[in-house]
Amino acid sequence: MGSQASTLLRHEELEEIKKETGFSHSQIARLYKRFTSLDINGIGALSREDFLRIPELAINPLGDRIISAFFSEGEDEVNFRVFIRILAHFRPISDKENSKDAKGPEPLNSRSNKLRFAFQLYDLDKDDKISRSELIQVLRMMVGVNISEEQLGVMADRTIQEADEDGDGAISFTEFVKVFEKTGVEQKMSIQFLD
Amino acid sequence: MLRAAVPLLGLPLAGAGIAEEPTQEPGSPGEPPPGLALFRWQWHEVEAPYLVALWILVASLAKIVFHLSRKVTSLVPESCLLILLGLVLGGVVLAVAKKAEYQLEPGTFFLFLLPPIVLDSGYFMPSRLFFDNLGAILTYAVVGTLWNAFTTGAALWGLQQAGLVAPRVQAGLLDFLLFGSLISAVDPVAVLAVFEEVHVNETLFIIVFGESLLNDAVTVVLYKVCNSFVEMGSAKVQATDYLKGVASLFVVSLGGAAVGLVFAFLLALTTRFTKRVRIIEPLLVFLLAYAAYLTAEMASLSAILAVTMCGLGCKKYVEANISHKSRTTVKYTMKTLASCAETVIFMLLGISAVDSSKWAWDSGLVLGTLFFILFFRALGVVLQTWVLNQFRLVPLDKIDQVVMSYGGLRGAVAFALVILLDRNKVPAKDYFVATTIVVVFFTVIVQGLTIKPLVKWLKVKRSEHHKPTLNQELHEHTFDHILAAVEDVVGHHGYHYWRDRWEQFDKKYLSQLLMRRSAYRIRDQIWDVYYRLNIRDAISFVDQGGHVLSSTGLSLPSMPSRNSVAETSVTNLLRESGSGACLDLQVIDTVRSGRDREDAVMHHLLCGGLYKPRRRYKASCSRHFISEDAQERQDKEIFQQNMKRRLESFKSTKHNICFTKNKPRPRKAGRKKKDGVANADATNGKPPRDPGFQDTAAVTLTVESEEEESDSSETEKEDDEGIIFVARATSEVLQEGKVSGSLEVCPSPRIIPPSPTCAEKELPWKSGQGDQAVYVSSETTKIVPVDMQTGWNQSISSLESLASPPCTQAPTLTRLPPRPLGAEEPRAALDLLSDPRPSFAFPPSLAKAGRSRSESSADIPQQQELQPLMGPKDQTHLSPGTANSHWCIQFNRGGRL
Repeated sequence: MGSQASTLLRHEELEEIKKETGFSHSQIARLYKRFTSLDINGIGALSREDFLRIPELAINPLGDRIISAFFSEGEDEVNFRVFIRILAHFRPISDKENSKDAKGPEPLNSRSNKLRFAFQLYDLDKDDKISRSELIQVLRMMVGVNISEEQLGVMADRTIQEADEDGDGAISFTEFVKVFEKTGVEQKMSIQFLD
Repeated sequence: MLRAAVPLLGLPLAGAGIAEEPTQEPGSPGEPPPGLALFRWQWHEVEAPYLVALWILVASLAKIVFHLSRKVTSLVPESCLLILLGLVLGGVVLAVAKKAEYQLEPGTFFLFLLPPIVLDSGYFMPSRLFFDNLGAILTYAVVGTLWNAFTTGAALWGLQQAGLVAPRVQAGLLDFLLFGSLISAVDPVAVLAVFEEVHVNETLFIIVFGESLLNDAVTVVLYKVCNSFVEMGSAKVQATDYLKGVASLFVVSLGGAAVGLVFAFLLALTTRFTKRVRIIEPLLVFLLAYAAYLTAEMASLSAILAVTMCGLGCKKYVEANISHKSRTTVKYTMKTLASCAETVIFMLLGISAVDSSKWAWDSGLVLGTLFFILFFRALGVVLQTWVLNQFRLVPLDKIDQVVMSYGGLRGAVAFALVILLDRNKVPAKDYFVATTIVVVFFTVIVQGLTIKPLVKWLKVKRSEHHKPTLNQELHEHTFDHILAAVEDVVGHHGYHYWRDRWEQFDKKYLSQLLMRRSAYRIRDQIWDVYYRLNIRDAISFVDQGGHVLSSTGLSLPSMPSRNSVAETSVTNLLRESGSGACLDLQVIDTVRSGRDREDAVMHHLLCGGLYKPRRRYKASCSRHFISEDAQERQDKEIFQQNMKRRLESFKSTKHNICFTKNKPRPRKAGRKKKDGVANADATNGKPPRDPGFQDTAAVTLTVESEEEESDSSETEKEDDEGIIFVARATSEVLQEGKVSGSLEVCPSPRIIPPSPTCAEKELPWKSGQGDQAVYVSSETTKIVPVDMQTGWNQSISSLESLASPPCTQAPTLTRLPPRPLGAEEPRAALDLLSDPRPSFAFPPSLAKAGRSRSESSADIPQQQELQPLMGPKDQTHLSPGTANSHWCIQFNRGGRL
């Protein structure tokens, strides 16, 4: 099954992806299969509608944001390379990679890239800061209807206040990273990709 | 009558003048009292409970003594010290009484000492962490324990065959297996005692600790099976018996868990209906948990498993149902009982070891056992970890494995089990007892002593004592959602599938059934965390004697119903005073590992009320699951939200445009509206209260507090426009309307009070400018510190109990002396303008009108307007009374800025 799917990928492309994302051959094949099954129109790219067809995503509070994260600015489709590059953020970090971290470009699944992914979900205007209103938007998506706007507001205030170190009233990426200084982000932002 | 009653009660009332009383006391049989006894010594009446109390007292005193020296306790675990103390005490008793007394009786141990510890650990188990690592925990608990038991038993038998164990140890393979089964289990009490002081990282801790709890089922089964095999004699054991043994493993473990869950269900259900009898809530928790333990014990199921599951299962619902005070009571009582039991266990272990009549030494057996349990534990851990790491997201590294192997402490369970052996059936019992004692002592003392340096030396990841921050909780929820989405996109089904399914089920049925409607409705996790953080801030702030409190005290009366108010205001006050809201959170965490627990609790809370991350959601299955019930509320909600958003984003290519533009306005307006509503509520509810008082509150208190207070009744869907400022005479409202109408540019004076805080909220970094409240507070402290104290106390209590009647604060505040300084003009104005304020029944329609009128002014910057508005403000708001003058002063100060 894996080999059949992988034949659809050109060999050199496969190698490239492997190098870029760190996925194994079979993982790439599996993801490619998933990609083609999502790609109902068979155009080799996914549109927003394709993502929204995944039933669970539609009811994920942050579903919209996460889908948007797949689309780079101005684009309205996602090809397989982009698709797998995004997913590579969530590959667990293995020990080997930790050691060879020093040389070469930073792998996609590095700690900071994982955090960057989460950060950009908040940071809509891409100014490298989570402003109060951006935070409130996310908060509103995540809490139930029982929380009023005002409560959201004070929570946002408090959240910013907690993390804000330079006193600009917003959470910069550095401050965001600092929040997780002592927690295992690697663990919390990884999923197991099947071979 | 009296004569009969006195001895029955066992009270030493003899001195009361009862001369010839028939000797009925069991304590003094057949001894006719010589005459009028001033004193009677009735030791036997009270002997048993007295001794128990005395032992606990001694143990507690010992604890105090140990903790006098930080140096000692930082080096030596408490459990070691207690065992040593027990040894000494046992020696003394032995020397005095010539026989060993006060042993660790298995009956006492299993029925009284063990349950509190297990309940404590089950109830405060960080459930998310526990279930995330459930695979590993179960593997170590089941496979690991079986492995340890069989290898140790077999190896000892091999040792005996090799002639290294003295032949006087009469034991066959089955006996050794029996011994292996009881010695192999890692002991929860010992592990907890040592690991709580070591602070390894939480994953490591939960694995070792979870294993020690869950392996009880395996231990019990193995022990019982081996015991019955030994009693039957190996010749008579048939193949079906082995099968039965295997089957009983499932019966005992699953049965125990089932018993626990049933009782957890009952417990949660019961606490749902205790609204009017709050006082018995803690009792119910303990009773039903204990009932679970006893029931499981009665049915010879795994009692530890039962009570663990009971604690784990009921926590979420119980915590939501019971009152804040009950929660604290449960927490502290549980900790006290557990700590007490733990202390007594270790001390009795030490004492029991002195009784040399019970044990017989064999060096080969002892050394062999010691070596084997260490060796096979390590081997087992390495092998299992290797297998587990094939599946784990975060593999356990070598250092973790070392700690896990080394942390396999044996304890009182093993000792109690070995004491329970029948000497007639197991001729080598005495040797086993001695070996067990040595093993327990070795693991608790030697390993307990060395594990800390070892952890340090190996640089094991420690658990950080981070403060639970809103940021972390929030972002981690985001992570969950992200991971859920990514897994959906990837389309593979991992182990979160069942978690997700469970949460669906929980949300749909269980929570509805087991939680109070009110609790279920207002439950939101992030908000909960926020609420708790605020309470902590408040408490720690009081601890530090912050003066800003005074203004909180002042603000109290303005919160008629709900409590979340005060805490918010405290945080805001902190912010305003520039001291930073996150003061020292550690201040209240004096309890050992309280911080960990708090984290766990926090975590629990966060896990419940948010939209559940749908990590694994198999389309076919879930759809079936959902479609039956016309969708879940949550799903619909989110879906609708998303749809709405999508529509909006469709309009503008950039998502954020519509949001960022729209955002601030409704927020502000809504806030003010709430403010007004709160005021209106207050006045309506308490007509006799001084309205000026509320004005004060409106100024001092940050506005959020009032929003929150009203939020329970209000939904954000209400019209966002309109603000009502006053809750007083209708004529006055109209007048105000005129004012705001005439001053087109300036907001109506009534807006001013909340406005600084609005600015605060919008621009929290400008905290330095929001000095009004600070001014007020510092002054009020100078004047009425005592009043403020009481006010604060009340605020605390109101934080704790949901509906605290605010009326008690009214007298406090009226006691405010007239302002001695400043305030000349305002006071004059005050004298001039005595506010009529005749009716407080404020018609809602008018309130609405007032709201809409002032809405226009909501967005106008406020700081600048303060100055020009002083006049009208004073005129409109002043009403007679000291509190009013107070208010004026604040205002002046604000204006002078």
